[in-house]
Amino acid sequence: MRPETISWTGQSVERVEDAALLTGRGRFIDDLGVRPGTLHAAILRSPHAHADILSIDSTAAAAMPGVAAIVTGRDLARLTTPMVAGLKVAVENWPMAVERVRYVGEPVAIVVAQDRYLAEDALDAIEIEYAPRPCVVDPLASLGADAPVLHDKAGANLVSDRCFRYGEPEAAFAQAAHRLEVSIAYPRNTGAPMETFGVVADYDPHEDAYEILANFQGPFSIHAVMARCLKVPGNRLRLRMPPDSGGSFGVKQGVAPYAVLIGVAARLARAPVKWIEDRLEHLSAAVAATNRVTTLKAAVTSEGRITALDWDQVEDCGAYPRAPEPATLYRMHGNMTGAYDIANLAIRNRVVLTNKAPTGLVRGFGGPQVYYALERLMQRIAVTLGLDPLAVIRANLIQRGQFPYRTASGALYDSGDYAKAIDLAVADGRLAELERRRNEARAAGRRYGIGFAAAVEPSVSNMGYITSVLTAAERQKAGPKNGAQATATVSLDPVGSVSVHVASVPQGQGHRTVLAQVVADVFGLSREAISVVVDLDTGKDAWSIASGNYSSRFAAAVAGTAHLAATRLRDKLAAIAASQLDVAPAQIGFAGGAVFATGDATKTLPFGRVAALSHWSPALLPDGVDQAIRETAFWTPPELAAPTEDDQVNSSLCHGFIFDMAGVEVDVDTGKVRIDRYVTMHDCGRVLHPGMVEGQIRGGFAQALGATFYEELAYAYDGAFLTGTFADYLLPTATETPDIAILHIETPSPFTPLGAKGVGEGNCMSTPVCLANAVADAIGVAELDLPLTPARIAALVAAAEPARPASDGGRAAELGAARPGDRTLRGEGQAKVAATPEAIWAMLLDAEQLASIIPGCHGVRKLSETHFKADVTLGVGPVKGRYKAEIRLSDLDGPKAATLTGSVSGALGTGGGSGRVILSAGEDGLTVISYSYEAAVGGKVAAIGGRLLDGAAKAIIAQFFAALARKAAPAGARTGFFARLLGRRG
Amino acid sequence: MPRLSATARHRVAFTLNGRPVSLEAEPRLLATDALRHGLGATGTHVGCEHGVCGACTIQIDGAPARACLTLAVQLEGRDVRTVEGLSPAADRLSVMQAAFRRHHALQCGFCTAGILISLDAFLREQPHPTEDELREVVGGHLCRCTGYTPIIRAALEAAAQLLDAPPLPEPAHV
Repeated sequence: MRPETISWTGQSVERVEDAALLTGRGRFIDDLGVRPGTLHAAILRSPHAHADILSIDSTAAAAMPGVAAIVTGRDLARLTTPMVAGLKVAVENWPMAVERVRYVGEPVAIVVAQDRYLAEDALDAIEIEYAPRPCVVDPLASLGADAPVLHDKAGANLVSDRCFRYGEPEAAFAQAAHRLEVSIAYPRNTGAPMETFGVVADYDPHEDAYEILANFQGPFSIHAVMARCLKVPGNRLRLRMPPDSGGSFGVKQGVAPYAVLIGVAARLARAPVKWIEDRLEHLSAAVAATNRVTTLKAAVTSEGRITALDWDQVEDCGAYPRAPEPATLYRMHGNMTGAYDIANLAIRNRVVLTNKAPTGLVRGFGGPQVYYALERLMQRIAVTLGLDPLAVIRANLIQRGQFPYRTASGALYDSGDYAKAIDLAVADGRLAELERRRNEARAAGRRYGIGFAAAVEPSVSNMGYITSVLTAAERQKAGPKNGAQATATVSLDPVGSVSVHVASVPQGQGHRTVLAQVVADVFGLSREAISVVVDLDTGKDAWSIASGNYSSRFAAAVAGTAHLAATRLRDKLAAIAASQLDVAPAQIGFAGGAVFATGDATKTLPFGRVAALSHWSPALLPDGVDQAIRETAFWTPPELAAPTEDDQVNSSLCHGFIFDMAGVEVDVDTGKVRIDRYVTMHDCGRVLHPGMVEGQIRGGFAQALGATFYEELAYAYDGAFLTGTFADYLLPTATETPDIAILHIETPSPFTPLGAKGVGEGNCMSTPVCLANAVADAIGVAELDLPLTPARIAALVAAAEPARPASDGGRAAELGAARPGDRTLRGEGQAKVAATPEAIWAMLLDAEQLASIIPGCHGVRKLSETHFKADVTLGVGPVKGRYKAEIRLSDLDGPKAATLTGSVSGALGTGGGSGRVILSAGEDGLTVISYSYEAAVGGKVAAIGGRLLDGAAKAIIAQFFAALARKAAPAGARTGFFARLLGRRG
Repeated sequence: MPRLSATARHRVAFTLNGRPVSLEAEPRLLATDALRHGLGATGTHVGCEHGVCGACTIQIDGAPARACLTLAVQLEGRDVRTVEGLSPAADRLSVMQAAFRRHHALQCGFCTAGILISLDAFLREQPHPTEDELREVVGGHLCRCTGYTPIIRAALEAAAQLLDAPPLPEPAHV
């Protein structure tokens, strides 16, 4: 065969995607036109972390201009069933609150209107009465017997508790020279793609069929979840994806519940409905990575060799264990021993629910949580035993000759040479340079540290790994789950040009370019000759449950399957050409746009002629060739078996390797960490496009940088969500993201068609802990949790603060000590009013008087002697809104003291608090009113305006007492000196 | 500026990428919605709607502005430039766009329009940018895919090319 003149695969060619994206001709979901008559949805969300919905009054909203329909949880419950999860537990996974809200930002009602502006107008007019319940946001607190239970039928918030044991961990711990442990509280963060979710849905009542366009990413196992939830067979849910998607990083798996909601909205509105998520919605309620509390113990020899690991992981899945959760906890199950040869392993995995947004896929998916604990432990072993950290890593590595290597928990590592990768990474003076810089910095009195991290990066998930959460008996009952079906279609049109279609749904990774390269090589064509279509339509394209774009499966599985389909078609074309040229098929070669008989220059046909033959002249097809028009290949690797009886699972097909090394300097005054050098070594098997691999590594590194230093989806203890804007949830920008050194070693995977492994997620797993190890080395601390904000680092390195004065401390105790994450507003003050205590007392119990005192009040209704309701307008900074207020009086000791408990709720958020008011007779007929209060604010206001709240609360309370003083004073006393009588502090 | 009624629609006329355009807009209509859905110029993207991410950056009379913090009626009489107006012809890329493609300075491409617009405006004022200056400019934008370094490389290279001599435009189709 003539050698193929060009091999496109492996070259960093320019991307076919880019010209359109660079000139504004991308086709993202909100760039596509919709059918005339399409309506627009806006979603009303819960301001409460946990509350019963007592009533929803949408009468006024429904009457507003342009409003077509209002959908509530009641409608949803009528038309759908809860979404199934991977857990067998009595939890109803509704995509919108039904009777009860369980996290701030949970959808409560949908307005469908002629345009988005009108829909949002009507949201403000929906009146919802909530009865708040106690909430729990901390996963360990949620395990407590006294924790408020989120789902009554489940009985407790602990919804899964499984123990695994491989080898002889107890014996290894009993015999160990050293037993070490680390405890980690890994925070919540997210991928934050620049494009938010989008859905356009339509419903056909005659066929009972939904057609939904969404920038969903997969996995398409969720299609089954959606169809079941919508109560239609799978073939009545046609799901389409737009050609372009503005990033996902796992997160756009979370579009699924909204696909259901907007589908239901379209059904009720009897028109197509479009919804584009806004950023506050996205940050508060789209998809978070799980926060996890981990205790990891190791049995270690004196030389630093680990003989056993013992994991205790408490996974926080938020308010609903939404499919595919608890996958974050189990994705790493096969590789819980990382890059190390450790035969004995114990794991306890608990899944707990809290009043926070549900979790799901986020780049790294379980890896950051696992490797943060594992690689912090490696560093602690070195520090504690007085060993070199790199020596401890090296002493435990799986050796080259051990591949394919079966881990204790069942993963089959395909290939690697970890020791060589590390040798190459530190070579050429790279480590020596770091050490020199550390020595110089420390000699000058500066805090410089070096960190390392080694990680095995799994890719191409086994669809069966999630079933490890079930017991072997439960798995048996449900039937074994396994595999990772990938599919690709290659077709030839009547002029012989080649088209490729895959079920992979890219979000910017450049799949069209790589597929063109791979398929062009198979046919000996130029890559420009290949057309690749990647938008997916489940109604007519080939797909399966593993379709979609996640677990870094493109290069390893999808590109390989495209190669498989193209090769099958090529073999048929070879048979056709052999018949035409009267030679043996084995003689046929493909190159330069020609099909030819090797060794005979006269026997050559244009590729297009052979490729078109099946269309025009099927009678000429040789025996054994049915057609050479279209080949759809499905591929699932046999290595991805179902979990075994003893809970061994090969959770992923491919296992890449990363070794990272960083030098950082910590500014002890500001707590700021400067990354001096960063080296990342990757083994992702065969590299199909070096430029894109570099892009994946750099992008993953930047996200990991955010996770390390800036990003946390933060909640107050009362469940208020605090980071609803990009001014609160900080992403790294160009000025914070350093250049990094990227190195490669290639050990091709024997399990994938092209030898490629995934590469997109590795740095999200390795970088946070590498940087944390460097910071720990710099400042000499053992415990270090993310994110490493300047405040947190400064607190670790700064000298102890002077103690608070005793009086101050006493006052704090009286008002309730501050808890971590506490957003409570506290204050106290005093006002003097020219009236008797009895007169003031009477006012506090009088609805009409209260109406004139409460700031922004539009009228008070008296429900009982001590219970009032009011409508008020309050402003916090630029955010002014109308709220429902409720006030109760208790602990009455008239006319001396009373406790006022109040709450407000409205579209912009909620607030609640209580205050003790004490009236005492002062001099000159004045009454001294002393008060102290605690208040908290939630909902939108807390998420976007947190910094303004303290001042606003004080101003509102001051207004209340000013009005009280003004009102209570007899007419004669109400003169200009009133202001002087009002003393206030706090 | 004339007084506008909140409930009425007003005719807003301006220049978009060199061509006169107009649409009916309520005073509260955002410039992003006017451009994208009113005029079909969907190249300008909306990432946060609170002025941080920079995806929606456009040029108004040559100065970069966040379209999500601009009302459509504020465009009246202005000269507006969006990503659709950056390339010299429909099948060509600008020098900066071509450099972005060479350096893989975009992945999903959602944030790219805003970055191109900001760089275009900046290079007109500062044709000799340093890397630090370019990092500052690009620092006004959020990109979640690239890790920024390829963007900076592309911008440095394009700036140098623009200084030397305007090179031949490159075909948009490979």
